[in-house]
Amino acid sequence: MRASGVEVTLGGRKVVDGVDLHADPGEVVALVGPNGAGKSTLLAALAGDLPTPGRIEIAGRELRSYKKADLARERAVLPQRSALSFPFTAGEVVRMGRAPWAGRPEAAEDDEAVAEAMRRTEVTGFAARPFQALSGGEQARVALARVLAQRTPLLLLDEPTAALDLRHQELVLMVARERAGAGAAVVVVLHDLGLAAAYADRVSVLAAGRVRAEGRPAEVFTEELLTEVYQHDVEVLPHPRTGTPLVVPRRP
Amino acid sequence: MQLTTPPSVSPKSARPSRIPAHLRGPARIGLLGGLTVTLIAVSLLAAGRGQVPISPAEVAGSLLHRLGLDLGPLPSAAQGENALWLVRFPRVTLAVVVGASLGCAGALMQGVFGNPLAEPGVVGVSSGAAVGAAASIVSGITVFGIWTTAAAAFAGGILTTMMVYAMSRANGRTEVVTLVLTGVAVNATAGALLGLLMFLTDDDGVRAIAFWQLGSLAQATWGAVAVAAPCAAVGLAVAAFSARRLDLLALGEAPARHLGVDTERLRVTAIVATALLTASAVAFTGIISFVGLVVPHLIRMVAGPGHRVLIPASALGGAVVVVLGDLIARTAIDYQELPLGVLTAVVGGPAFFWLLRRTRSKAGGWG
Repeated sequence: MRASGVEVTLGGRKVVDGVDLHADPGEVVALVGPNGAGKSTLLAALAGDLPTPGRIEIAGRELRSYKKADLARERAVLPQRSALSFPFTAGEVVRMGRAPWAGRPEAAEDDEAVAEAMRRTEVTGFAARPFQALSGGEQARVALARVLAQRTPLLLLDEPTAALDLRHQELVLMVARERAGAGAAVVVVLHDLGLAAAYADRVSVLAAGRVRAEGRPAEVFTEELLTEVYQHDVEVLPHPRTGTPLVVPRRP
Repeated sequence: MQLTTPPSVSPKSARPSRIPAHLRGPARIGLLGGLTVTLIAVSLLAAGRGQVPISPAEVAGSLLHRLGLDLGPLPSAAQGENALWLVRFPRVTLAVVVGASLGCAGALMQGVFGNPLAEPGVVGVSSGAAVGAAASIVSGITVFGIWTTAAAAFAGGILTTMMVYAMSRANGRTEVVTLVLTGVAVNATAGALLGLLMFLTDDDGVRAIAFWQLGSLAQATWGAVAVAAPCAAVGLAVAAFSARRLDLLALGEAPARHLGVDTERLRVTAIVATALLTASAVAFTGIISFVGLVVPHLIRMVAGPGHRVLIPASALGGAVVVVLGDLIARTAIDYQELPLGVLTAVVGGPAFFWLLRRTRSKAGGWG
């Protein structure tokens, strides 16, 4: 996935302003930044939901030239919130992720893809329960399972860890890493800078719709930059054992 | 909205590979088969009841003889053949067509609106179609011959559907309260237009429009069936063809698009299909409300929300309900006929109350 000059104007305001971003197969790229920086809007533009004058290429082809059905076999999108209008079970929701492959040879993998996605996100036990009866965190993992079951080479995840406890946050990012290890490109919006530092190959720091810095977490996450971007004093310490940057707000 | 609570499955006790969409498959096919058999049985029974009683076996015999099969007894009653072929069969056939259209239109509309309370009668599409048809009756325009009323009902239906859709949606969802209030407004407007048309027309026109508002199958003829059936068939085919995509639409507009659904096109085709189905249901029988609300709801409770079963099952279930309802309407009181629309409203109204309360408590308020 390669994007250049992505611009999105919402309500007369430039929410995303000339952003360049790329994610290669095997890579996890984290989008971080303060609230209102344009992370989710950028992700929506990359998903093809919002028109942009910039150029976005997926698998070497211009985003606009895709038919919706073809695009659904190239990229999967995890929305920030999942809603459901009718009482489908969790298993049925995950199976919806296989819809783009209906009538193709890959449809033979349906059962296996659904079972694997549910195992990896630890939701197999909920399969027969109505999605709406699950807790927020359980719903979030079922939604992720649906996206994984789609088995696309590009994953766009909008705050997949927001509703999750510590263990499941780690689980979700481990799954993202695993998919990258299997050759997928993953773009993930994160709020937790510690998670981004630990799991992303590259991070892109967004502020006011522009990329402020981009690169390996260890290079990008500096006290000066983060303090300025978040408008709050921030300390960055290397983890005593692994050396991964730990980002903590400076507290009295 | 959650309708069924399955026996509580704790995460540990559930079998790991259990994926309900597949296991419940045969049972769902069984439901469709059962509904088909019920529909045939109810139709044979309904065709036999009336001033000239004819046994179901004789009804079946008469049908088979016309099909060129020398099986079963012929009606023994005087005028039995005529009563069947001139009066009862067109009426029962039209009841099947109307019921299937209403059941299917309800399921389709609920899928597109993402709201289990959407229904042609509730949101005012039936009234809109009735205004179209009444306008064609009053104006005496017959440009399309026997098809004129149906065409006018279709035009009224499609206009109202688009209006309701445009007015009741916000951020890709339709909230219950907005939808129901939009329906109130549309029904009020349509009622006023019908009243105006009644004022403008002569006694015959008034009678025709009043008949419309009450809803009845009394004017069923083979000609009516010949017009209503093709409309219904096209609508049913489109609905069945859209079933899989309607499932995905339950996730919301953007997620459905991410799964490859052309949501714009789905919406337009579904609206046209709903209007076609409503027109076929309304064109010769007037407003029969709540069938499209209650039937899909019951099917969802039994078979789950998957549209591939819900749509055909709602069509079959709707047909069963309308054939039965019409049988009761014309046989409950001797030499008198209850208006069918009144009968369905008597049962459907309270059911609507109940659904409304349920939806409200489930969504934790008016969501």
